[in-house]
Amino acid sequence: MSPIAFLLLFPLVIAILLLLIRSDRVRAPLVYVSATAIIIASVYTVCRYLNDGTTMFDFSWEPLGTLMFAVEVILCITVICLGYKYKKWAAPVLAVIQTAIGTWFELTQAGGLTADHNLYIDELSMIMVLIIGIIGSLITVYAVGYMKDFQAHDKSKDRRPWFFFVMYVFLSAMFGIVLSNNLMWMFFFWEITTFCSFFLIGYTRTDEAIHNAFLQLKLNIIGGIAFIVAIAVFVCDQHVVEMDKLLECGLSGIDVVLPVALLCLAGIVKAAQMPFQSWLLGAMVAPTPTSALLHSSTMVKAGVFLLLKLAPLLGKDIVGYAVMTVGALTFLLASMAAVSQSNAKRVLAYSTIANLGLIVACAGVGTYEAVWAGILLMIFHAITKSLMFLSVGTAEHHIGSRNIEDMDGLFERMPRLAAIMIIGIAGMFLIPFGMLISKWAALTTFVESENLVLIACLIFGSAVTSFYWTKWLGKLVGVVAHCENVEKTVHKDEWAVLDILTVLVIAVCFGFPLLSEYIVSPYLIHVFGNPPEAFLAIFGTEYVWILLAMLALLIILPIALLNKSKKPQSSIYMAGLNNGDNQSYTGSMGATVNVTLRNWYMESWFSNDRMDKIGVVMTVLVIVVTFALVLAGVTL
Amino acid sequence: MNWYSLIGVALFLLLAPAIGCLLSGIDRKITARMQRRVGPPVLQPYYDVRKLIEKDQLAVNKVVDYYVLCSFLFTIFAGCIFFAGGDLLIVVFTSTLADVFLVLAAYSCNSPYAQVGAQREIYQLMAYEPMLLLTMIGFYLAKGSYQMWDILTGSGVALWPMLGLFFGFLFILTIKFRKSPFDLSTSEHAHQDIVKGLTTEFSGKTLAVFEVSHWFETVLLLGVVFLFFANGTLWSYILGLIFAFLSFFLEIIIDNSFARMKWQVVLKSSWAVAAVLGLINIALLLWVL
Amino acid sequence: MTYLTKSPWILHYDGSSCNGCDIEVLASLTPVYDIERFGIINTGDPKQADILLITGSVNAQSISVVKQLYDQMPGPKVVIAVGICACTGGVFRHCYNVLGGVDKAIPVDVYVPGCAARPEAIIDGVVKGLAILAEKEKAEKEGKGKAATAAPPAAEAKP
Repeated sequence: MSPIAFLLLFPLVIAILLLLIRSDRVRAPLVYVSATAIIIASVYTVCRYLNDGTTMFDFSWEPLGTLMFAVEVILCITVICLGYKYKKWAAPVLAVIQTAIGTWFELTQAGGLTADHNLYIDELSMIMVLIIGIIGSLITVYAVGYMKDFQAHDKSKDRRPWFFFVMYVFLSAMFGIVLSNNLMWMFFFWEITTFCSFFLIGYTRTDEAIHNAFLQLKLNIIGGIAFIVAIAVFVCDQHVVEMDKLLECGLSGIDVVLPVALLCLAGIVKAAQMPFQSWLLGAMVAPTPTSALLHSSTMVKAGVFLLLKLAPLLGKDIVGYAVMTVGALTFLLASMAAVSQSNAKRVLAYSTIANLGLIVACAGVGTYEAVWAGILLMIFHAITKSLMFLSVGTAEHHIGSRNIEDMDGLFERMPRLAAIMIIGIAGMFLIPFGMLISKWAALTTFVESENLVLIACLIFGSAVTSFYWTKWLGKLVGVVAHCENVEKTVHKDEWAVLDILTVLVIAVCFGFPLLSEYIVSPYLIHVFGNPPEAFLAIFGTEYVWILLAMLALLIILPIALLNKSKKPQSSIYMAGLNNGDNQSYTGSMGATVNVTLRNWYMESWFSNDRMDKIGVVMTVLVIVVTFALVLAGVTL
Repeated sequence: MNWYSLIGVALFLLLAPAIGCLLSGIDRKITARMQRRVGPPVLQPYYDVRKLIEKDQLAVNKVVDYYVLCSFLFTIFAGCIFFAGGDLLIVVFTSTLADVFLVLAAYSCNSPYAQVGAQREIYQLMAYEPMLLLTMIGFYLAKGSYQMWDILTGSGVALWPMLGLFFGFLFILTIKFRKSPFDLSTSEHAHQDIVKGLTTEFSGKTLAVFEVSHWFETVLLLGVVFLFFANGTLWSYILGLIFAFLSFFLEIIIDNSFARMKWQVVLKSSWAVAAVLGLINIALLLWVL
Repeated sequence: MTYLTKSPWILHYDGSSCNGCDIEVLASLTPVYDIERFGIINTGDPKQADILLITGSVNAQSISVVKQLYDQMPGPKVVIAVGICACTGGVFRHCYNVLGGVDKAIPVDVYVPGCAARPEAIIDGVVKGLAILAEKEKAEKEGKGKAATAAPPAAEAKP
């Protein structure tokens, strides 16, 4: 029990301390120490419970429910006040509706309802604990140095205590989501993460930030409403409020199908799937550590975590088909939209949406192999994407832009950062790295499940994925002469975090067989029974060796082949008119023309407006039809 | 790992450059004959590469030959996995990795022509990859395994259930062989708009490595064509070899009878082929056959 | 023996010619003359070329281009001046902007006179150039590590 309580409460205590402290000198060591403590605690928790499988805790304290309810009401009032201040009405109205449903539920239904086990931990939660504990803490460490620069650039009032307060509250809430067995508790933490995200997006208080913060709130409260309605329907019928009991019910009868469908909707909103993807794109105005922590590696993972949790109930039924279709369409269309983006954070955002889409699709398929692929995707994505976000953040502060077009010759200007980014990008789509392995697993399971839509979305989507990552990679590797090295002023804590994450990206590739063997497989065997023969045949040990050999090759080659003796160098070919600096040529009338190389965005085909529109129309259609069928009592 | 895997890898490493080189020479000879010329000797590609090795190195930066060498190694790696009887999807992913390295080599030069070539190369990658993956999925559905060895020795000719995929594969083979009408990225035929595209800044040994890796790749791709015919009997293997050569001949004819098309056509047509021939064929394999 | 002579790739540059010689250069690619028989490829890329084939005289505008293209070719390499303008400046030699033959800019190995030079003469010039290429390769091998060797004496193709 104790490590769990520590994970839930310790970040909260630190959050309050950080709110009170205004001095940089105290804040930095406090963050380092508490981050280390959280990392150690999460690793300890996993080691402690790993061999026990699922462990339930009946932690209960009567006033806690009331306290949670009170916090929700206070948050609702806050939203109303802020909505009044900024003249945004949609979010407060939705918040009122949600709180009204919550109040009604609390007053009429919840009385006498007690959960046997409020908290639990199983292998899936353990994976999430590791992701939140390790990556989340590292990001807060990174944020110390980053926010110092951010404040120097920004010039507005120093609100960093508030920033760190929200970040640590968020960590606590994330632990809450993945460790709660009581659905009401889970809902409470779910809402807390929504509000954390709201405050962090609006951090700079520019018009754009406020607009996007309210957009995020609006859409996520729709998800919240779906969540609370799901609980209400489920409790009214079954009189239990626990996740494990919900999973035991099986999908039979509207009283279970409807709550599951609503929970899936909540998960889809949280995971920023189409048609709700716009909030995640808007969230990119937040400071980069926020994007890394909330909008790529953890909060959006809460959405897919819920869906993966529900995966045994999905599969070849109507909700399962809906979830997998929404996920697959999102993967395809978000990947395509990423092609047309030149803002690095928006590329990362679309790529995040796309990869979450793939995980959602895997959850929808709901078989042993699919969930295996989904969980591995979740792990690899969390590590790689947070690395990418953080390196873009560092680049932004030192080259003054987050546009990929301005990353020309980053290889010369910020060699260490460029190397880190190259590893990060390669980790997103190239073979020996984890993302591709899990994509490969997803592909084979989609083929096994005989779903043509999923196969089509995955292969076309991944072709597009290679396109946009490779062209970014190309920008980074360009060797531009006469560049100044600008990375000397990067903070040490930023380097430390970036280096650790880079090592993690590579380490999980070597370690994934172990991860699969000791954490993922036990969970899956517990939930689905023994793995199918075909799965073992494809992902047998032989191929693991091939992949490891390739990975080793990729690490050895640069060391072996680079740093050779100098060869005679020549200028680049510009039809004989190169001015000798490789950056300009002599044009007509002897004028000097500067050469700028730009990437290819194919706006006319892959513009994000177009992709968003198509995606929204198609996914809304899928969701509406699904709910109509569920309410009509149709089952497959 | 079995003895036949080792033999397959050894044969590939020894014979593929020779076969690729000869095929390339035959290509140039046939092309010349189609244009009523005498043409160069059949061994001309070999002479070219030997000459390139003799030339001085004149690189634009220190990393370009590293990337090209990586591309070369991973092309061979992909071929080795294939001829060792390994997993076809890994083969596709590995050759994608090799291609990405090639693109990076061109990007690293920071040269206008090379960069246009590099962008076109990844554009082509985007165009042909769906069809390539669908073909491999088709093999799995038709013969029950992703393993090249199982497909090679398993009974039943994959060609009939995979007829649509076969034609789709022939279509993207034109892009993979860098042939007209789809030779967007390298301008194999001299004096075109982007000079030598992707390879503009490659010279001497670097270019030689690029040429040799293209030989390996040619043999690998023709190996996939061969696989469509194999059913475990000697006759099927002979037939496969004949058809692999015929498909190469077909590409030469296509090369000589088309001008290069607009870049838009590449993606539109190859995705249309993948969507129509590929997906319908996969649907049939999934639900009917 | 060197493979350089078996696969000479040509970079063709027009200094300021009237295009008469250019057409003859291209004519040698046609089926009638078919210079690909000798493994010759007309490439557009100096980085991949062995022979720089220049038509037309060098003028104030083109001299820097000629020099740069020459510099961007990896050695061993030869330069062939095709047509009387490329050899000496021809009828244009007194023009205000014309500097003279190609040898005003870079060392020329083979001069192919003619106005315009006939394809046979051009092919003959290229084949002469191959012999020089082989010599240069030999000289380079022997003189490796020594200072850069002087260009071997120029040959002249019969018109």
